Amino acid sequence: MSEHARTPAVEAVGVRKAYPGAAAPALDGLDLTVDRGTVHGLLGHNGAGKTTAIRIMTTLLEHDSGSMRVAGHDVRTDGRAVRARIGLVGQYSAVDEDLTGRQNLVMFGKLGRLSGAGAARRADELLERFGLADAAGKRLAAYSGGMRRKLDLAAALLVAPEVLFVDEPTTGLDPAARRDVWDAVRHLSSRGTTVLLTTQYLEEADRLADHISLVANGRVVAEGTPAVLKARVGDDRLELAPAVHADADRVAVLVRPFASGEAHVVDGRVSVPVTDRGRALADVVGAVRDAGIDLADVAIRTPTLDDAFLELTGSGAEGKVLA
Amino acid sequence: MTTTSTASPTGDGLRQGLADVATMSLRELQHWRNRPGVIVFGWLFPVLVLAMFVGLLGGALGQSTGGSYVDFVMPGMLAVTMFFGLDSTMTAVSLDASRGVTERFRSLPVSGAAVLTGRCAADLLNSMVGLAVVVVAGLLFGWRPEAGLPAWAAVVGLLVLLRLAMLWIGMFVGLRVRSQEAVSAVQVAVWPLLMLSGVFVDTATMPRWLGVVAEVNPLTGTVAAVRDLLGAPGAGSSWVGSAAPWPAVIWPVLLTAVFLPLAAGTWRRLRR
Repeated sequence: MSEHARTPAVEAVGVRKAYPGAAAPALDGLDLTVDRGTVHGLLGHNGAGKTTAIRIMTTLLEHDSGSMRVAGHDVRTDGRAVRARIGLVGQYSAVDEDLTGRQNLVMFGKLGRLSGAGAARRADELLERFGLADAAGKRLAAYSGGMRRKLDLAAALLVAPEVLFVDEPTTGLDPAARRDVWDAVRHLSSRGTTVLLTTQYLEEADRLADHISLVANGRVVAEGTPAVLKARVGDDRLELAPAVHADADRVAVLVRPFASGEAHVVDGRVSVPVTDRGRALADVVGAVRDAGIDLADVAIRTPTLDDAFLELTGSGAEGKVLA
Repeated sequence: MTTTSTASPTGDGLRQGLADVATMSLRELQHWRNRPGVIVFGWLFPVLVLAMFVGLLGGALGQSTGGSYVDFVMPGMLAVTMFFGLDSTMTAVSLDASRGVTERFRSLPVSGAAVLTGRCAADLLNSMVGLAVVVVAGLLFGWRPEAGLPAWAAVVGLLVLLRLAMLWIGMFVGLRVRSQEAVSAVQVAVWPLLMLSGVFVDTATMPRWLGVVAEVNPLTGTVAAVRDLLGAPGAGSSWVGSAAPWPAVIWPVLLTAVFLPLAAGTWRRLRR
Protein backbone atom coordinates (compact mmCIF):
# COMPACT_ATOMS: atom_id res chain seq x y z
CA MET A 1 0.00 0.00 0.00
CA SER A 2 2.89 2.39 0.73
CA GLU A 3 4.38 2.06 -2.73
CA HIS A 4 0.89 2.16 -4.14
CA ALA A 5 0.33 5.54 -2.51
CA ARG A 6 3.59 6.89 -3.85
CA THR A 7 2.95 6.24 -7.54
CA PRO A 8 0.64 8.80 -9.09
CA ALA A 9 -2.70 7.58 -10.43
CA VAL A 10 -1.78 8.90 -13.86
CA GLU A 11 1.63 10.00 -15.03
CA ALA A 12 2.01 11.27 -18.60
CA VAL A 13 5.31 12.55 -19.90
CA GLY A 14 5.59 14.06 -23.36
CA VAL A 15 2.78 11.95 -24.80
CA ARG A 16 2.26 12.45 -28.51
CA LYS A 17 -0.44 11.02 -30.74
CA ALA A 18 -1.15 11.92 -34.34
CA TYR A 19 -4.03 10.37 -36.25
CA PRO A 20 -3.15 9.38 -39.80
CA GLY A 21 -4.14 12.13 -42.21
CA ALA A 22 -4.83 14.74 -39.52
CA ALA A 23 -3.27 18.17 -39.99
CA ALA A 24 -2.21 18.63 -36.37
CA PRO A 25 -1.36 16.00 -33.74
CA ALA A 26 -4.18 15.24 -31.29
CA LEU A 27 -1.70 15.19 -28.42
CA ASP A 28 1.42 17.28 -28.75
CA GLY A 29 3.58 16.51 -25.73
CA LEU A 30 1.01 16.07 -22.99
CA ASP A 31 2.50 16.23 -19.48
CA LEU A 32 0.14 15.38 -16.67
CA THR A 33 0.34 14.05 -13.14
CA VAL A 34 -2.82 13.02 -11.30
CA ASP A 35 -2.32 12.40 -7.60
CA ARG A 36 -3.97 9.47 -5.85
CA GLY A 37 -7.27 10.17 -4.18
CA THR A 38 -7.96 13.42 -6.00
CA VAL A 39 -10.61 14.47 -8.49
CA HIS A 40 -8.71 15.92 -11.41
CA GLY A 41 -10.41 17.85 -14.19
CA LEU A 42 -9.17 18.06 -17.76
CA LEU A 43 -10.78 21.20 -19.06
CA GLY A 44 -10.76 22.10 -22.73
CA HIS A 45 -12.75 22.72 -25.87
CA ASN A 46 -13.85 20.11 -28.36
CA GLY A 47 -10.82 18.87 -30.24
CA ALA A 48 -8.34 19.91 -27.55
CA GLY A 49 -7.22 16.30 -27.12
CA LYS A 50 -9.09 15.36 -23.95
CA THR A 51 -10.79 12.26 -25.31
CA THR A 52 -7.63 11.10 -27.06
CA ALA A 53 -5.80 11.37 -23.74
CA ILE A 54 -8.48 9.34 -21.95
CA ARG A 55 -8.47 6.69 -24.67
CA ILE A 56 -4.70 6.27 -24.35
CA MET A 57 -4.90 6.09 -20.55
CA THR A 58 -7.55 3.37 -20.75
CA THR A 59 -5.53 1.33 -23.30
CA LEU A 60 -8.10 1.79 -26.06
CA LEU A 61 -5.59 3.67 -28.17
CA GLU A 62 -1.82 3.48 -28.54
CA HIS A 63 0.28 6.64 -28.36
CA ASP A 64 3.13 7.36 -30.76
CA SER A 65 5.76 8.47 -28.26
CA GLY A 66 6.24 9.57 -24.68
CA SER A 67 5.41 7.63 -21.56
CA MET A 68 2.05 6.98 -19.96
CA ARG A 69 1.60 5.14 -16.68
CA VAL A 70 -1.75 4.49 -15.01
CA ALA A 71 -2.01 3.12 -11.46
CA GLY A 72 1.73 2.46 -11.63
CA HIS A 73 1.59 0.37 -14.83
CA ASP A 74 2.72 1.23 -18.34
CA VAL A 75 -0.34 1.34 -20.60
CA ARG A 76 1.63 0.05 -23.56
CA THR A 77 3.41 -2.94 -22.04
CA ASP A 78 1.10 -3.78 -19.17
CA GLY A 79 -2.35 -3.02 -20.52
CA ARG A 80 -4.05 -5.93 -18.82
CA ALA A 81 -2.87 -4.76 -15.37
CA VAL A 82 -4.08 -1.25 -16.14
CA ARG A 83 -7.51 -2.53 -17.27
CA ALA A 84 -7.87 -4.50 -14.04
CA ARG A 85 -7.51 -1.27 -12.03
CA ILE A 86 -9.54 1.27 -13.93
CA GLY A 87 -13.10 2.14 -14.76
CA LEU A 88 -14.18 4.08 -17.82
CA VAL A 89 -17.25 6.12 -18.49
CA GLY A 90 -16.87 7.09 -22.13
CA GLN A 91 -18.30 10.09 -23.88
CA TYR A 92 -21.09 8.01 -25.37
CA SER A 93 -22.88 5.40 -23.36
CA ALA A 94 -21.36 1.99 -24.05
CA VAL A 95 -23.92 -0.45 -22.79
CA ASP A 96 -25.73 -3.28 -24.53
CA GLU A 97 -29.03 -2.00 -25.92
CA ASP A 98 -30.52 -5.46 -26.24
CA LEU A 99 -29.94 -6.47 -22.63
CA THR A 100 -31.81 -5.25 -19.57
CA GLY A 101 -30.10 -2.87 -17.16
CA ARG A 102 -29.49 -5.67 -14.71
CA GLN A 103 -28.21 -8.10 -17.36
CA ASN A 104 -25.75 -5.43 -18.48
CA LEU A 105 -24.35 -4.88 -15.01
CA VAL A 106 -24.11 -8.58 -14.16
CA MET A 107 -22.27 -9.24 -17.42
CA PHE A 108 -19.79 -6.39 -16.97
CA GLY A 109 -19.32 -7.38 -13.33
CA LYS A 110 -18.40 -10.94 -14.26
CA LEU A 111 -16.04 -9.72 -16.98
CA GLY A 112 -14.56 -7.40 -14.34
CA ARG A 113 -13.64 -10.44 -12.24
CA LEU A 114 -16.57 -10.66 -9.84
CA SER A 115 -18.14 -14.04 -9.13
CA GLY A 116 -21.60 -14.66 -10.55
CA ALA A 117 -23.27 -14.10 -7.17
CA GLY A 118 -21.01 -11.15 -6.40
CA ALA A 119 -21.83 -9.52 -9.74
CA ALA A 120 -25.57 -9.97 -9.14
CA ARG A 121 -25.33 -8.45 -5.66
CA ARG A 122 -23.24 -5.50 -6.88
CA ALA A 123 -25.62 -4.95 -9.80
CA ASP A 124 -28.62 -4.72 -7.47
CA GLU A 125 -26.78 -2.35 -5.13
CA LEU A 126 -25.84 0.00 -7.93
CA LEU A 127 -29.26 -0.12 -9.60
CA GLU A 128 -30.71 0.87 -6.24
CA ARG A 129 -28.20 3.66 -5.67
CA PHE A 130 -28.75 5.19 -9.12
CA GLY A 131 -32.52 4.99 -8.86
CA LEU A 132 -32.76 2.42 -11.63
CA ALA A 133 -34.18 -0.44 -9.56
CA ASP A 134 -37.62 -0.09 -11.16
CA ALA A 135 -36.15 -0.25 -14.66
CA ALA A 136 -33.70 -3.07 -13.85
CA GLY A 137 -35.65 -5.65 -15.84
CA LYS A 138 -36.30 -3.43 -18.84
CA ARG A 139 -34.31 -3.45 -22.03
CA LEU A 140 -32.19 -0.35 -22.56
CA ALA A 141 -34.26 0.56 -25.58
CA ALA A 142 -36.81 1.78 -23.01
CA TYR A 143 -34.26 3.91 -21.11
CA SER A 144 -33.93 7.69 -21.40
CA GLY A 145 -30.56 9.30 -22.14
CA GLY A 146 -30.06 10.15 -18.47
CA MET A 147 -30.89 6.62 -17.32
CA ARG A 148 -28.48 5.18 -19.85
CA ARG A 149 -25.76 7.52 -18.67
CA LYS A 150 -26.32 6.45 -15.08
CA LEU A 151 -26.20 2.79 -16.05
CA ASP A 152 -22.97 3.53 -17.88
CA LEU A 153 -21.55 5.06 -14.75
CA ALA A 154 -22.76 2.12 -12.66
CA ALA A 155 -21.04 -0.28 -15.08
CA ALA A 156 -17.74 1.50 -14.44
CA LEU A 157 -18.18 1.27 -10.66
CA LEU A 158 -18.92 -2.46 -10.38
CA VAL A 159 -15.44 -3.31 -9.18
CA ALA A 160 -14.47 -0.16 -7.21
CA PRO A 161 -11.69 0.97 -9.57
CA GLU A 162 -8.46 2.55 -8.36
CA VAL A 163 -8.78 5.17 -11.07
CA LEU A 164 -12.03 6.16 -12.72
CA PHE A 165 -11.97 7.96 -16.07
CA VAL A 166 -15.03 9.98 -16.90
CA ASP A 167 -15.19 11.57 -20.33
CA GLU A 168 -17.62 14.51 -20.47
CA PRO A 169 -20.02 12.89 -18.05
CA THR A 170 -22.87 15.37 -18.26
CA THR A 171 -22.87 16.51 -21.87
CA GLY A 172 -26.46 16.36 -23.06
CA LEU A 173 -27.98 15.63 -19.65
CA ASP A 174 -30.78 17.55 -18.00
CA PRO A 175 -29.92 19.40 -14.75
CA ALA A 176 -31.36 16.70 -12.46
CA ALA A 177 -29.43 13.91 -14.14
CA ARG A 178 -26.34 16.10 -14.09
CA ARG A 179 -26.60 16.49 -10.33
CA ASP A 180 -26.98 12.72 -9.93
CA VAL A 181 -23.79 12.16 -11.89
CA TRP A 182 -21.94 14.77 -9.85
CA ASP A 183 -23.12 13.16 -6.63
CA ALA A 184 -21.92 9.78 -7.83
CA VAL A 185 -18.47 11.14 -8.66
CA ARG A 186 -18.21 12.82 -5.25
CA HIS A 187 -19.38 9.70 -3.46
CA LEU A 188 -16.79 7.60 -5.21
CA SER A 189 -14.04 10.08 -4.55
CA SER A 190 -14.91 10.16 -0.85
CA ARG A 191 -14.22 6.42 -0.78
CA GLY A 192 -10.70 6.79 -2.12
CA THR A 193 -11.05 6.34 -5.86
CA THR A 194 -9.04 8.73 -7.99
CA VAL A 195 -11.22 10.39 -10.62
CA LEU A 196 -10.01 11.96 -13.84
CA LEU A 197 -12.81 13.74 -15.63
CA THR A 198 -12.90 15.76 -18.80
CA THR A 199 -15.32 18.57 -19.32
CA GLN A 200 -16.02 21.59 -21.45
CA TYR A 201 -17.76 23.33 -18.58
CA LEU A 202 -15.79 25.49 -16.21
CA GLU A 203 -18.62 25.25 -13.71
CA GLU A 204 -18.46 21.46 -13.70
CA ALA A 205 -14.70 21.37 -13.19
CA ASP A 206 -15.07 23.99 -10.47
CA ARG A 207 -17.70 21.98 -8.60
CA LEU A 208 -16.04 18.60 -8.79
CA ALA A 209 -12.31 18.89 -9.22
CA ASP A 210 -9.58 19.39 -6.63
CA HIS A 211 -7.18 20.18 -9.40
CA ILE A 212 -7.70 21.37 -12.96
CA SER A 213 -5.52 21.07 -16.04
CA LEU A 214 -6.46 23.32 -18.91
CA VAL A 215 -5.86 21.55 -22.23
CA ALA A 216 -5.48 23.22 -25.62
CA ASN A 217 -4.01 21.89 -28.86
CA GLY A 218 -2.95 18.62 -27.31
CA ARG A 219 -1.04 19.92 -24.31
CA VAL A 220 -1.63 21.26 -20.82
CA VAL A 221 -1.50 25.07 -20.95
CA ALA A 222 -2.34 25.89 -17.32
CA GLU A 223 -2.78 23.99 -14.08
CA GLY A 224 -3.89 24.55 -10.54
CA THR A 225 -6.67 24.30 -8.00
CA PRO A 226 -9.99 25.79 -9.09
CA ALA A 227 -9.45 28.67 -6.65
CA VAL A 228 -6.05 29.53 -8.08
CA LEU A 229 -7.26 29.26 -11.66
CA LYS A 230 -10.37 31.26 -10.97
CA ALA A 231 -8.30 33.96 -9.33
CA ARG A 232 -6.27 34.08 -12.50
CA VAL A 233 -9.29 33.94 -14.76
CA GLY A 234 -10.68 36.80 -12.79
CA ASP A 235 -14.03 37.89 -11.66
CA ASP A 236 -17.54 38.02 -12.98
CA ARG A 237 -17.95 39.41 -16.44
CA LEU A 238 -20.03 42.45 -17.21
CA GLU A 239 -21.23 42.34 -20.79
CA LEU A 240 -22.50 45.36 -22.64
CA ALA A 241 -23.94 45.44 -26.13
CA PRO A 242 -24.37 48.99 -27.47
CA ALA A 243 -27.30 49.52 -29.81
CA VAL A 244 -24.82 50.65 -32.45
CA HIS A 245 -21.98 48.16 -32.99
CA ALA A 246 -19.51 50.93 -33.79
CA ASP A 247 -19.87 52.33 -30.26
CA ALA A 248 -18.32 49.21 -28.72
CA ASP A 249 -14.79 50.58 -28.71
CA ARG A 250 -15.93 53.77 -26.97
CA VAL A 251 -17.77 51.69 -24.38
CA ALA A 252 -14.61 49.65 -23.77
CA VAL A 253 -12.77 52.87 -22.90
CA LEU A 254 -15.60 54.15 -20.70
CA VAL A 255 -15.75 51.01 -18.55
CA ARG A 256 -12.03 50.99 -17.82
CA PRO A 257 -12.20 52.85 -14.47
CA PHE A 258 -14.68 50.29 -13.09
CA ALA A 259 -12.98 47.16 -14.41
CA SER A 260 -10.72 44.75 -12.53
CA GLY A 261 -9.02 43.67 -15.76
CA GLU A 262 -8.82 44.19 -19.47
CA ALA A 263 -11.94 44.66 -21.58
CA HIS A 264 -12.42 42.55 -24.71
CA VAL A 265 -14.59 43.46 -27.67
CA VAL A 266 -16.08 40.66 -29.73
CA ASP A 267 -18.77 41.23 -32.37
CA GLY A 268 -19.80 44.59 -30.99
CA ARG A 269 -20.10 43.16 -27.48
CA VAL A 270 -17.90 44.43 -24.68
CA SER A 271 -16.84 41.98 -21.97
CA VAL A 272 -15.10 43.28 -18.88
CA PRO A 273 -14.17 41.67 -15.55
CA VAL A 274 -15.60 43.34 -12.44
CA THR A 275 -15.24 42.66 -8.71
CA ASP A 276 -18.41 44.04 -7.18
CA ARG A 277 -21.18 43.04 -9.57
CA GLY A 278 -23.92 45.24 -8.13
CA ARG A 279 -21.96 48.47 -7.94
CA ALA A 280 -20.14 47.93 -11.19
CA LEU A 281 -23.42 47.41 -13.01
CA ALA A 282 -24.90 50.68 -11.76
CA ASP A 283 -21.68 52.67 -12.27
CA VAL A 284 -20.97 51.39 -15.76
CA VAL A 285 -24.51 51.75 -17.05
CA GLY A 286 -24.60 55.29 -15.65
CA ALA A 287 -21.31 56.24 -17.27
CA VAL A 288 -22.34 54.83 -20.63
CA ARG A 289 -25.69 56.63 -20.55
CA ASP A 290 -23.97 59.90 -19.60
CA ALA A 291 -21.81 59.51 -22.69
CA GLY A 292 -25.01 59.37 -24.77
CA ILE A 293 -24.64 55.75 -25.88
CA ASP A 294 -27.72 53.52 -26.03
CA LEU A 295 -27.39 49.96 -24.79
CA ALA A 296 -29.25 47.08 -26.43
CA ASP A 297 -28.31 44.57 -23.73
CA VAL A 298 -26.55 44.41 -20.37
CA ALA A 299 -25.68 41.20 -18.54
CA ILE A 300 -23.55 39.92 -15.70
CA ARG A 301 -22.24 36.40 -15.99
CA THR A 302 -19.71 34.11 -14.33
CA PRO A 303 -16.49 33.36 -16.26
CA THR A 304 -16.72 30.75 -19.01
CA LEU A 305 -14.18 28.44 -20.50
CA ASP A 306 -13.55 31.06 -23.17
CA ASP A 307 -12.66 33.61 -20.51
CA ALA A 308 -10.31 31.11 -18.91
CA PHE A 309 -8.52 30.59 -22.19
CA LEU A 310 -8.38 34.32 -22.85
CA GLU A 311 -6.77 34.98 -19.50
CA LEU A 312 -4.62 31.92 -18.90
CA THR A 313 -3.14 31.37 -22.31
CA GLY A 314 -2.18 34.99 -22.75
CA SER A 315 -3.97 35.38 -26.04
CA GLY A 316 -7.45 34.49 -27.07
CA ALA A 317 -6.18 32.90 -30.26
CA GLU A 318 -6.25 29.29 -29.12
CA GLY A 319 -9.58 29.63 -27.43
CA LYS A 320 -11.17 31.29 -30.40
CA VAL A 321 -9.84 28.89 -32.97
CA LEU A 322 -11.18 25.97 -31.00
CA ALA A 323 -14.48 27.52 -29.97
CA MET B 1 -10.07 1.59 -0.07
CA THR B 2 -11.78 -1.54 -1.21
CA THR B 3 -9.34 -4.17 -2.31
CA THR B 4 -9.49 -4.49 -6.04
CA SER B 5 -9.31 -7.98 -7.42
CA THR B 6 -6.54 -8.05 -9.97
CA ALA B 7 -6.22 -10.36 -12.94
CA SER B 8 -4.01 -13.21 -11.87
CA PRO B 9 -1.45 -14.49 -14.33
CA THR B 10 -1.22 -17.83 -16.16
CA GLY B 11 -2.52 -20.38 -13.61
CA ASP B 12 -6.00 -18.92 -13.36
CA GLY B 13 -5.73 -17.51 -16.85
CA LEU B 14 -7.36 -20.41 -18.69
CA ARG B 15 -10.13 -20.86 -16.14
CA GLN B 16 -10.83 -17.13 -16.24
CA GLY B 17 -10.69 -17.18 -20.03
CA LEU B 18 -13.29 -19.95 -20.19
CA ALA B 19 -15.49 -18.09 -17.71
CA ASP B 20 -15.28 -15.01 -19.94
CA VAL B 21 -16.23 -17.07 -22.99
CA ALA B 22 -19.23 -18.39 -21.08
CA THR B 23 -20.23 -14.87 -20.04
CA MET B 24 -19.99 -13.63 -23.61
CA SER B 25 -22.01 -16.56 -24.94
CA LEU B 26 -24.64 -16.10 -22.24
CA ARG B 27 -24.98 -12.52 -23.39
CA GLU B 28 -25.97 -13.72 -26.86
CA LEU B 29 -28.53 -16.14 -25.41
CA GLN B 30 -29.99 -13.25 -23.44
CA HIS B 31 -30.28 -11.33 -26.70
CA TRP B 32 -32.33 -14.22 -28.10
CA ARG B 33 -34.65 -14.11 -25.12
CA ASN B 34 -34.97 -10.33 -25.12
CA ARG B 35 -35.60 -10.05 -28.85
CA PRO B 36 -37.10 -13.37 -29.91
CA GLY B 37 -38.50 -11.93 -33.14
CA VAL B 38 -35.08 -11.27 -34.60
CA ILE B 39 -33.67 -14.68 -33.80
CA VAL B 40 -36.75 -16.64 -34.89
CA PHE B 41 -36.85 -14.77 -38.19
CA GLY B 42 -33.21 -15.76 -38.68
CA TRP B 43 -34.13 -19.40 -38.18
CA LEU B 44 -37.15 -19.24 -40.49
CA PHE B 45 -35.52 -17.32 -43.32
CA PRO B 46 -33.87 -20.38 -44.92
CA VAL B 47 -37.26 -22.12 -44.70
CA LEU B 48 -38.72 -19.21 -46.64
CA VAL B 49 -36.08 -19.59 -49.33
CA LEU B 50 -36.67 -23.35 -49.38
CA ALA B 51 -40.43 -22.91 -49.78
CA MET B 52 -39.87 -20.46 -52.60
CA PHE B 53 -37.57 -22.72 -54.56
CA VAL B 54 -39.41 -25.99 -53.95
CA GLY B 55 -42.91 -24.59 -54.32
CA LEU B 56 -42.31 -22.05 -57.06
CA LEU B 57 -39.46 -23.42 -59.10
CA GLY B 58 -39.27 -27.05 -57.98
CA GLY B 59 -41.56 -28.29 -60.73
CA ALA B 60 -39.58 -26.70 -63.52
CA LEU B 61 -36.17 -27.43 -62.02
CA GLY B 62 -36.92 -30.97 -60.90
CA GLN B 63 -36.71 -32.51 -64.36
CA SER B 64 -33.09 -31.46 -64.89
CA THR B 65 -31.90 -32.94 -61.60
CA GLY B 66 -32.92 -36.54 -62.29
CA GLY B 67 -34.96 -36.97 -59.13
CA SER B 68 -37.23 -35.03 -56.80
CA TYR B 69 -36.16 -31.40 -56.55
CA VAL B 70 -36.51 -31.31 -52.77
CA ASP B 71 -34.00 -34.16 -52.48
CA PHE B 72 -31.68 -32.25 -54.78
CA VAL B 73 -31.99 -28.87 -53.10
CA MET B 74 -32.01 -29.88 -49.41
CA PRO B 75 -28.24 -30.52 -49.17
CA GLY B 76 -27.86 -27.09 -50.74
CA MET B 77 -30.23 -25.54 -48.19
CA LEU B 78 -28.25 -27.03 -45.30
CA ALA B 79 -25.14 -25.29 -46.62
CA VAL B 80 -27.08 -22.07 -47.29
CA THR B 81 -28.24 -22.03 -43.67
CA MET B 82 -24.56 -22.02 -42.65
CA PHE B 83 -23.79 -19.40 -45.28
CA PHE B 84 -26.46 -17.05 -43.89
CA GLY B 85 -24.56 -17.19 -40.60
CA LEU B 86 -22.04 -14.85 -42.24
CA ASP B 87 -24.72 -12.18 -42.20
CA SER B 88 -25.80 -12.67 -38.59
CA THR B 89 -22.21 -12.68 -37.32
CA MET B 90 -21.27 -9.62 -39.34
CA THR B 91 -24.35 -7.66 -38.29
CA ALA B 92 -23.90 -8.43 -34.59
CA VAL B 93 -20.18 -7.59 -34.58
CA SER B 94 -20.73 -4.37 -36.48
CA LEU B 95 -23.57 -3.33 -34.17
CA ASP B 96 -21.41 -3.88 -31.08
CA ALA B 97 -18.65 -1.77 -32.55
CA SER B 98 -20.94 1.09 -33.56
CA ARG B 99 -22.73 1.13 -30.20
CA GLY B 100 -19.51 1.36 -28.20
CA VAL B 101 -20.00 -2.01 -26.50
CA THR B 102 -16.80 -3.28 -28.11
CA GLU B 103 -14.95 -0.34 -26.55
CA ARG B 104 -16.30 -1.26 -23.13
CA PHE B 105 -15.11 -4.85 -23.54
CA ARG B 106 -11.72 -3.56 -24.57
CA SER B 107 -11.45 -1.42 -21.43
CA LEU B 108 -12.04 -4.49 -19.23
CA PRO B 109 -9.41 -7.07 -18.23
CA VAL B 110 -10.86 -9.51 -20.78
CA SER B 111 -8.80 -10.93 -23.62
CA GLY B 112 -9.90 -10.28 -27.18
CA ALA B 113 -9.73 -14.03 -27.77
CA ALA B 114 -12.38 -14.58 -25.10
CA VAL B 115 -14.70 -11.98 -26.63
CA LEU B 116 -14.34 -13.46 -30.12
CA THR B 117 -14.60 -17.07 -28.94
CA GLY B 118 -17.75 -16.26 -26.97
CA ARG B 119 -19.28 -14.89 -30.16
CA CYS B 120 -18.14 -18.06 -31.98
CA ALA B 121 -19.82 -20.38 -29.52
CA ALA B 122 -23.11 -18.48 -29.50
CA ASP B 123 -23.24 -18.12 -33.28
CA LEU B 124 -22.49 -21.81 -33.79
CA LEU B 125 -25.33 -22.71 -31.47
CA ASN B 126 -27.58 -20.31 -33.35
CA SER B 127 -26.74 -21.97 -36.65
CA MET B 128 -27.26 -25.47 -35.24
CA VAL B 129 -30.79 -24.51 -34.22
CA GLY B 130 -31.31 -23.01 -37.67
CA LEU B 131 -30.08 -26.24 -39.19
CA ALA B 132 -32.55 -28.30 -37.16
CA VAL B 133 -35.38 -26.00 -38.24
CA VAL B 134 -34.54 -26.31 -41.94
CA VAL B 135 -34.18 -30.11 -41.65
CA VAL B 136 -37.65 -30.38 -40.12
CA ALA B 137 -39.03 -28.09 -42.83
CA GLY B 138 -37.37 -30.24 -45.48
CA LEU B 139 -38.99 -33.38 -44.07
CA LEU B 140 -42.36 -31.63 -44.17
CA PHE B 141 -41.74 -30.76 -47.83
CA GLY B 142 -41.22 -34.47 -48.54
CA TRP B 143 -37.44 -34.73 -48.27
CA ARG B 144 -36.39 -38.33 -47.60
CA PRO B 145 -32.61 -38.53 -47.21
CA GLU B 146 -31.14 -42.01 -47.22
CA ALA B 147 -28.10 -41.99 -45.01
CA GLY B 148 -26.86 -43.69 -41.88
CA LEU B 149 -25.57 -42.13 -38.72
CA PRO B 150 -21.89 -41.97 -39.82
CA ALA B 151 -22.84 -40.14 -43.00
CA TRP B 152 -24.96 -37.70 -41.01
CA ALA B 153 -22.10 -37.09 -38.58
CA ALA B 154 -19.84 -36.31 -41.52
CA VAL B 155 -22.48 -33.95 -42.94
CA VAL B 156 -22.77 -32.02 -39.68
CA GLY B 157 -18.98 -31.90 -39.42
CA LEU B 158 -18.62 -30.37 -42.88
CA LEU B 159 -21.43 -27.90 -42.20
CA VAL B 160 -19.81 -26.76 -38.94
CA LEU B 161 -16.55 -26.32 -40.82
CA LEU B 162 -18.29 -24.07 -43.36
CA ARG B 163 -20.01 -22.13 -40.57
CA LEU B 164 -16.65 -21.52 -38.85
CA ALA B 165 -15.24 -20.07 -42.05
CA MET B 166 -18.30 -17.79 -42.34
CA LEU B 167 -17.84 -16.79 -38.69
CA TRP B 168 -14.35 -15.47 -39.20
CA ILE B 169 -15.26 -13.71 -42.44
CA GLY B 170 -18.25 -12.18 -40.64
CA MET B 171 -16.10 -11.00 -37.73
CA PHE B 172 -13.50 -9.49 -40.00
CA VAL B 173 -16.03 -7.65 -42.15
CA GLY B 174 -18.13 -6.67 -39.11
CA LEU B 175 -15.13 -5.10 -37.36
CA ARG B 176 -14.20 -3.27 -40.54
CA VAL B 177 -17.62 -2.10 -41.62
CA ARG B 178 -19.21 0.32 -39.17
CA SER B 179 -22.10 2.03 -40.92
CA GLN B 180 -25.48 0.34 -41.27
CA GLU B 181 -25.46 1.26 -44.99
CA ALA B 182 -22.24 -0.66 -45.59
CA VAL B 183 -23.62 -3.66 -43.72
CA SER B 184 -26.69 -3.58 -45.95
CA ALA B 185 -24.47 -3.46 -49.03
CA VAL B 186 -22.65 -6.60 -47.92
CA GLN B 187 -25.99 -8.26 -47.15
CA VAL B 188 -27.07 -7.68 -50.75
CA ALA B 189 -23.72 -8.78 -52.15
CA VAL B 190 -24.05 -12.29 -50.71
CA TRP B 191 -26.99 -13.11 -53.00
CA PRO B 192 -25.07 -13.38 -56.28
CA LEU B 193 -22.59 -15.59 -54.41
CA LEU B 194 -25.48 -17.77 -53.36
CA MET B 195 -27.03 -17.98 -56.83
CA LEU B 196 -23.71 -18.60 -58.55
CA SER B 197 -23.24 -21.99 -56.93
CA GLY B 198 -24.47 -25.54 -57.14
CA VAL B 199 -27.07 -24.93 -54.42
CA PHE B 200 -30.23 -24.51 -56.48
CA VAL B 201 -29.29 -25.93 -59.89
CA ASP B 202 -26.77 -28.41 -61.26
CA THR B 203 -23.69 -26.49 -62.40
CA ALA B 204 -23.61 -28.74 -65.49
CA THR B 205 -26.73 -26.97 -66.79
CA MET B 206 -24.99 -23.57 -66.74
CA PRO B 207 -23.01 -22.08 -69.63
CA ARG B 208 -19.52 -23.55 -69.45
CA TRP B 209 -17.71 -20.44 -68.10
CA LEU B 210 -20.43 -19.75 -65.54
CA GLY B 211 -20.34 -23.38 -64.50
CA VAL B 212 -16.62 -23.10 -63.80
CA VAL B 213 -17.20 -20.01 -61.64
CA ALA B 214 -19.93 -21.83 -59.72
CA GLU B 215 -17.71 -24.89 -59.28
CA VAL B 216 -14.97 -22.92 -57.56
CA ASN B 217 -17.53 -21.29 -55.23
CA PRO B 218 -16.68 -22.67 -51.76
CA LEU B 219 -20.37 -23.18 -51.16
CA THR B 220 -20.57 -25.60 -54.09
CA GLY B 221 -17.84 -27.74 -52.54
CA THR B 222 -19.80 -28.27 -49.34
CA VAL B 223 -23.08 -28.79 -51.21
CA ALA B 224 -21.52 -31.44 -53.47
CA ALA B 225 -20.02 -33.29 -50.52
CA VAL B 226 -23.29 -33.24 -48.59
CA ARG B 227 -25.19 -34.50 -51.67
CA ASP B 228 -22.67 -37.28 -51.98
CA LEU B 229 -22.98 -38.28 -48.31
CA LEU B 230 -26.78 -38.17 -48.34
CA GLY B 231 -27.09 -40.01 -51.65
CA ALA B 232 -28.97 -37.09 -53.17
CA PRO B 233 -29.67 -36.77 -56.91
CA GLY B 234 -27.02 -34.77 -58.75
CA ALA B 235 -24.20 -36.08 -56.57
CA GLY B 236 -20.90 -36.54 -58.35
CA SER B 237 -22.21 -35.07 -61.61
CA SER B 238 -19.81 -32.16 -61.51
CA TRP B 239 -16.06 -31.85 -61.32
CA VAL B 240 -16.28 -30.64 -57.75
CA GLY B 241 -18.70 -33.45 -56.98
CA SER B 242 -16.28 -36.08 -58.17
CA ALA B 243 -13.59 -34.61 -55.93
CA ALA B 244 -15.89 -34.65 -52.87
CA PRO B 245 -15.43 -34.30 -50.01
CA TRP B 246 -12.08 -32.54 -50.42
CA PRO B 247 -13.27 -29.11 -51.63
CA ALA B 248 -15.69 -29.08 -48.66
CA VAL B 249 -12.73 -29.48 -46.32
CA ILE B 250 -10.08 -27.44 -48.11
CA TRP B 251 -12.15 -24.32 -48.81
CA PRO B 252 -13.39 -23.67 -45.24
CA VAL B 253 -9.97 -24.46 -43.78
CA LEU B 254 -8.35 -22.10 -46.26
CA LEU B 255 -10.88 -19.32 -45.59
CA THR B 256 -10.46 -19.75 -41.84
CA ALA B 257 -6.69 -19.68 -42.20
CA VAL B 258 -6.98 -16.35 -44.00
CA PHE B 259 -9.78 -14.63 -42.09
CA LEU B 260 -9.09 -15.73 -38.51
CA PRO B 261 -5.73 -13.91 -38.43
CA LEU B 262 -7.29 -10.98 -40.28
CA ALA B 263 -10.10 -10.69 -37.71
CA ALA B 264 -7.66 -11.01 -34.80
CA GLY B 265 -5.36 -8.46 -36.40
CA THR B 266 -8.22 -6.02 -36.93
CA TRP B 267 -9.20 -6.43 -33.27
CA ARG B 268 -5.67 -5.54 -32.21
CA ARG B 269 -5.46 -2.65 -34.68
CA LEU B 270 -8.50 -1.02 -33.07
CA ARG B 271 -5.85 0.55 -30.83
CA ARG B 272 -4.16 2.50 -33.60
